[in-house]
Formats: sequence, structure tokens, C-alpha cells
Amino acid sequence: MFFLAAEGGETTHNPIIPVWQEIVVGLVAFGVLCFVLMKFVFPRMEQTFQARVDAIEGGIKRAEAAQAEANQLLEQYRAQLAEARTDAARIRDDARADAEGIRQDILAKAREESDRVIAAGKEQLQAERATIVRELRTEMGTIAVDLASKIVGESLADEARRKGTVDRFLSGLESTGAR
Amino acid sequence: MFGQANVLAQGQAEFPPSVGDFYLPSILPWGAENSYWFTKITAMVWVAVGILIIFFLVSYRKPQLVPTKKQWFAESIYGFVRNNIAVDMIGHAGVRFAPYFTTLFCFILLTNFFAIVPFFQISPNSHIAFPAILAVISYLMFNFVGIRHHGFVKYFKNSLVPPAPWYILPLLIPIEFFSTFLVRPFSLAVRLFANMFAGHMLLLVFTLGGFAMLSANVWLAPVSVLSWVMTIALTFLEFLVICLQAYVFTVLTASYVQGALADEH
Repeated sequence: MFFLAAEGGETTHNPIIPVWQEIVVGLVAFGVLCFVLMKFVFPRMEQTFQARVDAIEGGIKRAEAAQAEANQLLEQYRAQLAEARTDAARIRDDARADAEGIRQDILAKAREESDRVIAAGKEQLQAERATIVRELRTEMGTIAVDLASKIVGESLADEARRKGTVDRFLSGLESTGAR
Repeated sequence: MFGQANVLAQGQAEFPPSVGDFYLPSILPWGAENSYWFTKITAMVWVAVGILIIFFLVSYRKPQLVPTKKQWFAESIYGFVRNNIAVDMIGHAGVRFAPYFTTLFCFILLTNFFAIVPFFQISPNSHIAFPAILAVISYLMFNFVGIRHHGFVKYFKNSLVPPAPWYILPLLIPIEFFSTFLVRPFSLAVRLFANMFAGHMLLLVFTLGGFAMLSANVWLAPVSVLSWVMTIALTFLEFLVICLQAYVFTVLTASYVQGALADEH
């Protein structure tokens, strides 16, 4: 084993007793370190963390707001769409009802018109028939009398007999005309 | 290590290593013993502070909502301490302590890490002065926070008087006082200091041991190799301890603050 010459001088060191110069140096050095780091570095880190949290939370909030707006718009459009659908359905129903009504109207009018035409025709026919009957009757009388006078002119002997014959003919004719 | 190796090769260094190995000669004035203003240890503390400040300022010069890789890395360190230590331990009120906890965590982690970085190879935390400062700050902080939150009397009543039957209180109150107000800063400081001290000591033992055996007898060379392999393995273990101790220190500080803020005992 070798011993330094200085060994004698160094045995005075007691490792558990601090060297006061080192305490001073340590205090100053550590103080400087604390000052710089705690004043210029870590508070800024804390700020950055906070800014980061804000950024993330702000982003989430913005996204939520956008989502809510989108949902609201969707609801609105859906409502509008439903409204439009009911409107359309209502319009279609109305149109269908209108068409039905118009059809019924036209049908009724046509029927009425045809009825009227038929009735007018019938009336006219009736009137013409009556006229014809009347004319025929008078003409028949005239013709008959003419005929009779011609006959009478030739033979008055049979007048009595023939009178009966004309009467019979006329009554027969009348009954036919009345029918 | 290399310097020591050279010294060993010249047959000047000692084995086993001693406490003296932790107190390196001063850099300015060069080589002076018992001058501590500018030694490798204090230089490393300044380097750590410089690295952390530059790293965080550069990576957080222009913070963006969508972070760059560097910004993401810086943020995830802060986010880890903020969410997994401060908020987990203290709850939502822990957010305002997160900047300090993160500074504390980064400082301890980096200074611890120097223990296994080539050419640094010793952690400033193996000098009790630095863990002690941090522990005292933690101690003052949790007491201050507690007093401000509860008021002086209520805070001490909360901390000292557990909900127990009155006849047991004369026993419990001194224990609470002892554990909360006397032991806590020491346990915090000593836990970190001792871990880093022991880690450095272990690495020294196996590294220097290899050289010692080699120089004692050439036939012991295979054992020396084994010793150095052990050093590598222990370096990995040391890495675990480094991370763990930084985490433990921060979590305990958070736990003390949480205890000071808690309404019930």
C-alpha cells in the first residue's frame, strides 16, 4: 500500500461536515439555476400547456357547435320537406276532388241538355202530330164531302144509306186518330 | 480515473481509497489543498447549472403548440415531475410547486450523473454540502408552506399532535417533533450524500483494486480484469442509484410539502 505524503493533511476531512465554501458555491449556483428555470422556462411551459388545453378544448367546442348547427339545419330541412310533402299531397287531393266535381258537373249538364233536347223533340212531335191530325181531319171532311157530293150528284137514292156509311167511316177514323 | 490510474501506475496512490480521495486539489489556485472555492467539485456544479440553463432556454426559446423534438423533451421532463410527482403527491395545488421540484430533480439528476460520466467521475453530491443545501431548502419550504397555509399554531398542532388518546400524546409528540422537524433534513441530505459517496467509493475500490493487484503481482492480472468488469457492472448499478436518488429526493420533498398542506394529520 502506498500513502500520499498529503495523507496526514487530508485526514482532517470529515465527509459529514460540509465545507462552507461549497455551501456558498452551491447556494449561489442552485439559486441562479432556480431563478432562471423558475422564472423563464417552467411558467412558459405551463402557459404552453394551458394554450394547448385551450386549443384542444376550443377545437372540441367548435366541433360541437358545428355539429349542433348541422343537426339543427337537418331538422329544419326535414320539417320543411315534410311540410312540402303534406302540401303536395293536399294539392293533389284538391285537384282530384276538383276534377271529380267538374266531371260530375259536366255529366249533369250533358244529361240535362239531352233530357231537354229529348223533351223539346217530343213536344214538337206532339204538336206536329196534332196539327197534322187537325189538318187531316178537315181535309178528310172536305174530301169526303166532295166525294159525297159527287156521288150524290149521280145518285141521291142511296143518300140515306150512304149517309150512314160516311158516318160510320168518320167515327171509325176518329177512333183511329184518337188512338 | 485516468489521472488516478497514472498516479497508481507511478506507484503513488493509495489503496484502499479513503475519504481524502473525495477532496481533490484546488484548480484555482492550482493544486492547493484546503482551498475549496474553485475545485473540480464546484466547477462541476457550475457546469451542471450552465448545462441545465442553456438546455432549457434553448429548447424553450420559441415554444410552439406543436412541439419540436427538443421542446418535447424539455416539456416531458417538466411534465414528468409536474404530473407524476407534484400533482400525484400534492394534488392540483401541487402545480405551483412543480417548477421548483423540476429544477431540484434536474439538478440532482445531472450532478448525480456526473458520477459515471468519463472525466467527471465524481458527483458533487458526494460532498454533503450540496445535498445539505437542497435538504435545508426543502425543509424551509415545507415549513413555510405549512405555516402560510394553516397559520403558525394550527400548523404545529397539525404536525405535532396526532389523533391519538391523550395519555399516549406525551410519548407521541416528542417522536413527531423529532421525526418531522429534526430528522427530516438530515435524512434527506444524508440519503443522497451517502448514496453518491458510497457509489463513488465502490467504483474507486474496484478500479483501484484492479491496479493495486496488478502492481502487487502480475499473476493477479485475471483478478484485476474481473475487478474492472465489476466496475462496469457497478457503473450500471450506479446509474440506477443516480436516477432513483434524484427521484426519491424530489418525491420526499413533495411528500413533506403535501404533509404540511394536509388538513388532518
